[in-house]
Amino acid sequence: MPIITSDQVQPEYDVAIVGSGAGGGQMAYTLTQAGFKCVMLESGRSYNPDTETAMFQRNDQGPLGSVSTPEKMFGFWDATVNGGWSVPGEPYTQASNKEEEQFWWWRARMMGGRTNHWGRISLRNGEYDFKPYSRDGLGFDWPIGYKDVKDYYTKVEMLIGVYGTNEGLENTPDSPKGVLLPAPKGRAAELYSQKHGKKLGIPIIPIHRAVLTKTLDADNIPKKLHPKNKRAQKILAEAMRGRAACFWATPCGRGCNIRANYQSTTVHLPPALATGNLDIIPDAHVREVLIGKDGKATGVLFINKKNRSEGRVKAKIVVLAASSGETVRIMLNTKNAQSPNGLANSSGLVGKYIMDTVGASVGGHVPALENLPPHNEDGAGGSHFYAPWWLYKEQHAGKLNFARGYHIEMGGSRGMPGGRNPVPSDFVKGAYGTKFKEEARRYYGSFVGYSCRGEMIPNEGSFAEIDPTVKDDYGVPVLRWHWKWSDHELNMAVHAAQTFSALIEAMGGTVRSKKVKTGHDIIEPGGKIIHEVGGALMGADPKKSVCNKWNQTWDVKNLFLCDGTPFPSNADKNPTLTIMALAWRAADHIIEEARKGNI
Amino acid sequence: METPEKFPRISRRVLLKWFATATTAMTMGDMASISFGFTPTPGKEVPKGYGQDPDLSQYYNPGDFWPLTLTPEQRKTVTALADLILPEDHLGPAASAVRVPDFIDEWVSAPYPDQMDDAKVVIPGLKWLEDESKKRFKKDFSSLNEKQKRAICDDICWPPDAKPEFKQAANFFSRFRNIAVGAYYGTPEGWKAIGYEGNVPLMSFDGPPQEVLDKLGVTQTVK
Ligand SMILES: Cc1cc2nc3c(=O)[nH]c(=O)nc-3n(C[C@H](O)[C@H](O)[C@H](O)COP(=O)(O)OP(=O)(O)OC[C@H]3O[C@@H](n4cnc5c(N)ncnc54)[C@H](O)[C@@H]3O)c2cc1C
Ligand code: SF4
Repeated sequence: MPIITSDQVQPEYDVAIVGSGAGGGQMAYTLTQAGFKCVMLESGRSYNPDTETAMFQRNDQGPLGSVSTPEKMFGFWDATVNGGWSVPGEPYTQASNKEEEQFWWWRARMMGGRTNHWGRISLRNGEYDFKPYSRDGLGFDWPIGYKDVKDYYTKVEMLIGVYGTNEGLENTPDSPKGVLLPAPKGRAAELYSQKHGKKLGIPIIPIHRAVLTKTLDADNIPKKLHPKNKRAQKILAEAMRGRAACFWATPCGRGCNIRANYQSTTVHLPPALATGNLDIIPDAHVREVLIGKDGKATGVLFINKKNRSEGRVKAKIVVLAASSGETVRIMLNTKNAQSPNGLANSSGLVGKYIMDTVGASVGGHVPALENLPPHNEDGAGGSHFYAPWWLYKEQHAGKLNFARGYHIEMGGSRGMPGGRNPVPSDFVKGAYGTKFKEEARRYYGSFVGYSCRGEMIPNEGSFAEIDPTVKDDYGVPVLRWHWKWSDHELNMAVHAAQTFSALIEAMGGTVRSKKVKTGHDIIEPGGKIIHEVGGALMGADPKKSVCNKWNQTWDVKNLFLCDGTPFPSNADKNPTLTIMALAWRAADHIIEEARKGNI
Repeated sequence: METPEKFPRISRRVLLKWFATATTAMTMGDMASISFGFTPTPGKEVPKGYGQDPDLSQYYNPGDFWPLTLTPEQRKTVTALADLILPEDHLGPAASAVRVPDFIDEWVSAPYPDQMDDAKVVIPGLKWLEDESKKRFKKDFSSLNEKQKRAICDDICWPPDAKPEFKQAANFFSRFRNIAVGAYYGTPEGWKAIGYEGNVPLMSFDGPPQEVLDKLGVTQTVK
């Protein structure tokens, strides 16, 4: 079975999976390896990372020095296809015209979704992160705890390959010995930040990212992941042998054609296709879930984007993994006699409590980093170090004016130049001629940046609903967004700005961002960090949640949500590793229940 | 009810905030914090240039996506000024030797708001430069000797120091310099000039050399 067009669909499948990103990819991998016949529908076009990835292209080889434009928001060579905060033919609307109440919705319309570009930062949620309400009385607890997800984190790390170290820090879980790949060496700005961070008590340590700093152990990992399934072992071993180790060049955001980092299209989908149990239909824009007389899902209805015709696939189980916003949209657009308010929405909570990550960045200039002897710092194509949240005790003792934590992502500036002036004008002032070139050389690499990635508490004012009038080019009603930050997020952003300023000053540097008075001065717009989760929370009570602890909707037993929608909270840890761990866990549950004949 | 046409563009305040935080390309994992230099309008149609799905398996030259619009006279001025800002010297070749003028032409001819905004400053600026050159020395800017070129440019090279009558021209010079150096440092020659040594595959990544660690007073903490 392969990538097919909509007229080649089989009469019926075991499972229909909507979306081919991290959640859909993991679901398809686990189910097809277990012998389930699956069909995956993807609204974007098919994408071949082997031939389409811009690896060594220089910035002067693309238009405008390859700088960001409204059409390629992360630069010309970025992997994202038909994506961004605007997608051709697919608008969305805002309920408010106040900036701070608007949501920036990032979508990538391509096979593999956002995983072709993503930052590859792969952090486990800790014990506290599953029980936030119990700790501070805000938001919601998950109906599961770290112990329920722990082994799935390990499995995903073994499957995709994650580098990092075990540091034994509070609420920052270690992985079992031998699971993580070696952390890459620190770069100049990172080591310098680490040294000076110590003075302020900020623990700067190696980050975890889904990049192969060495090849995966194809002889042993497949046996551990699929102990009783020889065929699955063989397929996975072959896929793992097809992945090279990182060669320390080319930014990961462009994707990786040697398959050294995780993207769904290089890691999940190839072995899933190799099982022969997966059909993928690209350009298939799902409008709604089909429901039988008994209220169970029977398949999905989609628009073939190529010719705008309607198509249907039949399946015994439906999995939505289209990203929080899109999954909510499909559910709310599925209306019929049994569910007039949208699918699986007896609680009325579909679309509610959508969360992003709190983002705030401060940049600085550090004289010690000027005029360093030139050296290659491309490294693993993304960050090597970060600081996990470190003020748990102070926060618990009530010393902070916000309830949850943030981690710090950081970077220096020895990246590939081109496109924009590498030195801010106020440094070189009126220099031109050889003087300018000498100044550029002096200052290159001396700028640092720190970003807050913090936990947002779900609130009543942040949600998505169907716009009553606007439809996309395919006739599908679009989402209308509502957004609100609470004081917790705003105060956190101020704290982060102060911390980053103190760190830059501790390094002997000067802060380059303007003074921050309130959180509104620095917090990034909702959605801008592109960690959208929530919208169909999991919980223990069907009246107060949409899904149970298996990502399974309470109302429709054969409907599973395997992107970020079921997240009852959005820890500071970037969400994707958790999306994948929960998708694997849900897939195992589906396999088990299907064997028992329960679904 | 708000239709997509009715909601406002992201304001300048937000934009300025981004500029303040990150003007340089950082090696961040999560690239969401990098500044863009244009105004995104979430959910709305974007201006058409190379599209949201250009073929990334090849290389491009200025003129491939939209016509270049500078006149031969304007190109002469552009070349002379770019070479004054980025001359041939011990750090590398002149701007025109690495096609910086082509790039500038592509930039001021581009269909995106940010570049169109630059063009509104650069095109009149080029004319001002020619007029000024004729006024002071009775010659085209490109025919002036270095001393004469500098005499004009010293008056306009830094807006905060420029006299009121040169403020506008100084604004032009700054924009022009940004575009020219952005182009120059994207080339292999520019990488050499600035000290960028990457974009080559390596068997291992050893971190900064000892010399760099010593200079910073740090040790490699990842073994
Ligand atoms: C700039 C950037 C940096 C990031 N960095 C990180 C990071 O470092 N760490 C981290 O954890 N996360 C990061 N993320 C977030 C990460 O990409 C997402 O969490 C992850 O991709 C979510 O996976 P998903 O499967 O839920 O959704 P996606 O990857 O978005 O996949 C959803 C797919 O569903 C398809 N789809 C949508 N609607 C329909 C429909 N109606 N019919 C059919 N198909 C549909 C979409 O086209 C898409 O391909 C980053 C994201 C971006 C863009
Ligand atoms: S840095 Fe390494 S993992 Fe990232 S794209 Fe380049 S080779 Fe691939």
